[in-house]
Order: sequence, then structure tokens, then C-alpha cells
Amino acid sequence: MSKWVSRFLCAFVSLVVMFAVQGCKRNGNAMITLAGSTAFQPFAEKLAEKYMETNKDVRINVQGGGSAVGVQSALSGAANIGMADLLKLPPDASALTSITVAKDGIAIVVQPQNPLRELTSIQARDVFSGKIANWKDLGGADQPIHVISREEGSGTRRSFDTLVLGEEKLAPGALFQNSNGTIREAVASDPFAIGYVSIGLVNDKVKEVSLNGVAPSNENVKKGTYPLSRPVFFLVKGEPTEGAKKFIDYVLSEESQKLLEKEGLIAAK
Amino acid sequence: MDKFISKLLFLAACSSTAILALIALFIFKEGVPIMAKTGLGHFIFSKEWSPLTGPFGIYAFIIGSLWVTFGALIFGVPLGVSCAIFLAEFAPKKWVGVLKPAIELLAGIPSVVYGFLGVMWLAPLIRNHLGGPGLSILAASVVLAIMILPTIVSVSIDAIQAVPKNYKEGSLALGATVWQSTWRVILPAAKSGILAGTILGMGRAVGETMAVIMISGNATTIPHSPLDSVRTLTANIAIEMGYAVGDHRQALFATGVVLFFFIMILNMIALRFARRKF
Amino acid sequence: MGRISPKVTERLAKITLWGAAIFTIGALIFVIGFVLAGGLKHITWAFLTEPILDMGRAGGILPAIVGTILMVFVAVGIAAPLGIASSIYLAEYTREGKMTQAIRFGINCLAGVPSIIFGLFGFILFVVMLGFGWSILSGGLSLAAMILPTIIRTSEEALRAVPASYRDVAASLGATRWQVVTKSVLPYALPGILTGVILGIGRSIEETAVVIFTAGSAVQMPTSLFDSARTMAVHFYILAREGISNDMAYATAAVLICTILVINISAYTMMHRLMKGRRA
Repeated sequence: MSKWVSRFLCAFVSLVVMFAVQGCKRNGNAMITLAGSTAFQPFAEKLAEKYMETNKDVRINVQGGGSAVGVQSALSGAANIGMADLLKLPPDASALTSITVAKDGIAIVVQPQNPLRELTSIQARDVFSGKIANWKDLGGADQPIHVISREEGSGTRRSFDTLVLGEEKLAPGALFQNSNGTIREAVASDPFAIGYVSIGLVNDKVKEVSLNGVAPSNENVKKGTYPLSRPVFFLVKGEPTEGAKKFIDYVLSEESQKLLEKEGLIAAK
Repeated sequence: MDKFISKLLFLAACSSTAILALIALFIFKEGVPIMAKTGLGHFIFSKEWSPLTGPFGIYAFIIGSLWVTFGALIFGVPLGVSCAIFLAEFAPKKWVGVLKPAIELLAGIPSVVYGFLGVMWLAPLIRNHLGGPGLSILAASVVLAIMILPTIVSVSIDAIQAVPKNYKEGSLALGATVWQSTWRVILPAAKSGILAGTILGMGRAVGETMAVIMISGNATTIPHSPLDSVRTLTANIAIEMGYAVGDHRQALFATGVVLFFFIMILNMIALRFARRKF
Repeated sequence: MGRISPKVTERLAKITLWGAAIFTIGALIFVIGFVLAGGLKHITWAFLTEPILDMGRAGGILPAIVGTILMVFVAVGIAAPLGIASSIYLAEYTREGKMTQAIRFGINCLAGVPSIIFGLFGFILFVVMLGFGWSILSGGLSLAAMILPTIIRTSEEALRAVPASYRDVAASLGATRWQVVTKSVLPYALPGILTGVILGIGRSIEETAVVIFTAGSAVQMPTSLFDSARTMAVHFYILAREGISNDMAYATAAVLICTILVINISAYTMMHRLMKGRRA
């Protein structure tokens, strides 16, 4: 019995030591941590995957957490690069250098069976603030509208509130989902739901709604005719490490920007 | 040498209590300042939750947790206790040996899997047949009920089997049927154990997070019917933590403080019942 | 009299009880069957051995498997020795008193603390204050705190079930208390102690909230304990909830459930064998 235990302990300790040693072998430059915006996280993961293919000695660690975590972890040094998708950076981010790496449009979406095709900005405001609470007021069935929103504090939510709701408050009975992807899934399964997601995330499970007659598309955001979009920032405290700087340059390179466009984001420039 | 080992073991034994104290310390340290700032009464009884600007009121989430938990108990307890009675008293002895571990296996299935099945199956079913957004108290209650079944069944079987054999034999000898002896003799004797199991299940329902986020819709309003969407205390913490800073984050930790007290009270009640044996 | 005869009641009760039992067991079969039906067909060797690509839409789940194993290893590696030592102290080294009451109270309360609280605690202490960041180490330590009471309770029960004669015989031969415990009590209680450890492994594997808060959700293959990683449960949660890929989600869940089934079944058979060996 005690032999068993000691064998197990030996194996465990040696494993731990092995990993610890391996962890120490990497120097600071080769390890880059990104944290923040959950909306940009998948794209950052994709870029990191590509970058690591050509730079085998580099390890990029992408964390979600949210835009607020992006600001905080860049400030505290927990992450080399913070990611945030906010219309306006909070005041405590003034100590950070911010680099716009992409833009992300926001589309209002409904389930494909829903007859709704377009809204005016005023209608959109009234739907999301709860003033219009039934689909029949928009020419649909006599059914209550299920408003689905991001949770309080999210970057997408803050941008959407500013751009669509203005001074109004979100409908009190709104449902909440804590990522763009989950909003899409929730809307896709409910014919009476309405929500908003990044344009890049729109797929055939949901249908985007035109705003003031303009379809939500990256071209229209670039032309300036579709108003709902927000920048994605990389936040760095002081001088970035050499590795982090190289990665930022890579993200801003034409190749990566093209990749982001292909994935549904809008290039920074 | 022996003394040294004894000391070492004592230290190990204190670790749980130390961890509990550490948890309380850290959660309270983060959460209590904001409770003091908004006022405890206001924090608990205010209906308005606007975490970016204040006010911070978690009344709706307390109500949400209560609804969902009691819903889970309404479905889970009768089903679980009946199943336990069946397995302990009516089914062939061999079945118990196989089925009890099998049911306990249900407890090992990740809660997110239950939540996912709930979203895929239950929510559309409720929306199409009963109305509302589907992601609702009812859906959450059913999912949680299935999740707490193993706990209730397993603890109840143990409680029923712990009743001395001669109770039942005496009753049967007096001419009572099996059901009569179960209902009149065994259940009253096993009552405290079954209650302890129920309260354990209740604790699990109150504490469950990820499955509830998936299935309850997370609205911040006070629900009026079982078909409305709600947000529980646990969901409030998990869903907003990612983006919370400053007062908002503290308010989420304060939600944790309230949850902590909630659970501690439940635990103490459960312990009291569990200790009372025959 | 309006009373229903005992025979009818008996029959009614039996039908209800049968119904309840069938429903409960049906739920078990439904959940497991549904996941396996959706997932098994997507499990290939490549799925188990390739990295997570394209956010989980392509490739496999090897990093999640490795992440799960490492995190469980850390959690059990810490909680098992600590928990078994605690239970030895409670069962063998002390009498019931104020002190043990306090210790027991701590254990019972810890057992009831919801996982999200362990998540918050681990986030503040390990991730932020001790600076481990989102890492396997932070995740493992938080999980260890969570499974500790389970291991203590089960091992203590196992120790208490050891007949007093075992201790008396060893003690009468002049063994010290520690010798009594290691040479005669622990071997007898081993199956029960293992059950507790296995329960702890199971809880660590299925946990999501704690892991997301303390270990993050990086998709890369972890190379050290200070790396962030996701477990299979977290991977499933993200795939299913974000609607990234239902096929991959089902497949991950199927692997997860198979792992849990295998662990449980092998534990039961192993215990059976140990018990049998003892009787012989």
C-alpha cells in the first residue's frame, strides 16, 4: 500500500518538476499573452495559430475575459496585449497605448422565418427599449418580442447602447447572453427573438435586418452608410516587448488584415 | 516520531476549515465594501440592477434563485424519493446493486451537458406548447431536477436501508401490506435522512451555475410566471464577471457573499437533520 | 366507507413507484444515449490526437484532453494526500470533542460551497494575488479545494468501517499508532478511500465554472503548469454555447461521458476484486 502511494507520489512529483522546468526554459520574449474582448478572441486565436506556424519558437496565449479584463490585464501586466472592443476607452486606459487593429460592425438579427426585413433607427430604438413590444406593430404576428442583449459591461453592449438606444434604457424584460455566439444561437432557436451580433458572426442560422434601408455589411460600414460599428483595440502598457511588437506588426500586416476581412471583420485602415 | 506525525495529520485536518476561512475572507473582502456603500438592506431588497452606474439591487436574483430551486424540488423530490422507495423496498435486491451506482453516474455527467440538452430540447418544447421565451424558470427547474435526482435517490436509499429490519418485519407480521409498512413505518423512520438528501439536492440546485446560465435566459426582472426568464445569484456572478471592473466587480463578489450565507444556512439545516438518527 | 382497500392502494403505490423509477432511469439512458448517438460517429483517432484548430471547428481535442488530465492530476495530487491525512487524523488520532466538531463543521460547510464561489476564490487568490495567472496550476488548486471535503468524508467512512480488532491486534503486538494505521488499517480501508478519490476525479472532470474562472480557456497545447488550458468540459461548453460546431460538441461530450463511464466502471470492478480478495 505505502509502496503504491510512494510510487504515485514519485510519478506526480517528477511530472510537476518536468513541467516546471519546461516552463522556465522559455524566456519572456517567446511568450505573448493576449487577454480581453471575447468578440475578438476567436480572431486573435486564429491569427495566433497562423503566426505560430511560421514562428515556431513563439507561444501566444489568447484569453477571453472581456474588454474590461483587457484593459485591466494590460494595466497590471498580466497580459502583454489587452484586447478591447469599445466605442470609447474608459478613462483608466489613458495610461495605455491603444492600436486599432480592426473594426467590427454590429448587425441586428432575427430568426430566418421572421418576416422582418428592415427597421428605421427609431424603430430599432423603440424595439430594444421595449416601447414596441409586439411583432404586430412591425407587421408581424401577434406575439411578444423577445429582446436578447449582451450583459451589462460588454463592449458590444456598450457600443450598441450608445449607437442605437442613445438616452433610452434597454427593455426591462430583456434576456441576456454573455457572448455574441450565444446571442446568435438564442435568436436562431426562437422565431420571436431579436438580438444583435458582430457582422462577422452572421450565418445562415440568423437573418440580418437592414437599418434605415442599408444592409449591415462590411462594405457599407466602410462606406460609412451603415452606422453600427466599433473599433477593436490592442492595448499595450509602455513599450511592448520585442515579441509582442512583432506580433502586433504581424496583425497589422496586409496578410493578416486580409485574413480578418475574410473572417468577417473590417480592416483597420 | 509518532507525535510529529500526529501534529502533521492535525494540520492536514485543519486545512478544510482554513480553506473555508480563506474563501470567506477573500469573498467578503471584495464584496463587503460595496454592500456597506449601498447599504445592506438596499443591496438585498432593491429591484434595480444597473451595475455600470448603480444602484446595485439583487432582489430579483434572490427571487430567481428561490423560484428555480423550489421548481427543481417540486419535480425532483417526489420523483427521487419514489425511485428510492422502489429500489430499496419493492425492487429485487440485485437491482439495487446495479441501479444505484448507475443513477449515481448521472451525477458525474457534466452539468453543461444537461444545460445543452435543455436548450436543444426543452426550451423549444416549452416555447411552442406553453408560450414565453422558452428559456425560463420551468425549463431551468426541470433541468435542475434531473441534475439533483442522483443526490436525492442515493441519500434516500441509504436512509431507507438504515432503518432496522425488524421495523418492517414487525409491521408485516401484524398483517400490513408492503406499502402500508413502507408508508407508515419505514418512511417516518427514514424521514430525517430523506430530508437531509433533499436539502443537499437543494444546495446543489442553488449553487449550479453553468447549466442555469444556458437555460434560464438571464433576464434581470422579477418573474411573474414559471414561463418567464430569470437570473439566479450564481448566473449573475458568472455572466457579468468577464466585463466587470471597480464597483461592478465588487457588487458581483457581494452577490457571492449573499450566496455564501444562503448556502451556509441551508447546510446547517441539513446537518441538523442528518445528525438526528433514530 | 369511502376508504380504498389496502390492496388497491398497494397496487396504485406500486404503479407510481415503478413509474418514478422508470422515469429516473429513462432520464439516465436518454442523456447518455443522446450524447453518444450524436457524438460517437465523429470520434476518430485524429479527433483524439490533433490540436484544436479554427476555434474548435476543425482538428481534434488533444489539448483539451491533456488539459483535463493535468488539471485533475494537480487537483487530486494535492487533495488526496491532504484529504486522506485529514481523515486519518479524524478517524484514528483523536477523540470526538470541540476540536473535531470545529473541523467537521469546516468540512461539511466546505462541501456545500457552490462551485462558482470556488471559482471566485481561486481567481482572486491564485490568479490575481499569487500571480499564477489563468493556469493549470490555479485551476488545479481551486479544484483541489473543491474536492477536498468529498475525499475526507469518504475516506473517513472507510476508515471507520475497519473492524476494531485490526487495530487491537496490531497494537497488542507493540506497533506504534502510525504503524497500526499504515500496516493494518489503511490496507483494509483502501477500496473505500479509492472511491473517494475517484469521486473527486469525477467532480474535477465535470466542473466548468471553476475552470473557466481560474484556468482560462486557451486552445493551445499546454507545455507547463503555468499555461492556461481548457478542459474537455469547458471545450464542450464553448463549442455548444457559441454554436461553433454541434458535431464537435457532441463528439467532445461523448469522449467526456465515455471517460466518466470508464473511470466509474473500472473503479467498481477494482473495488469488487479487492473486496473479494479480502474475503478469501
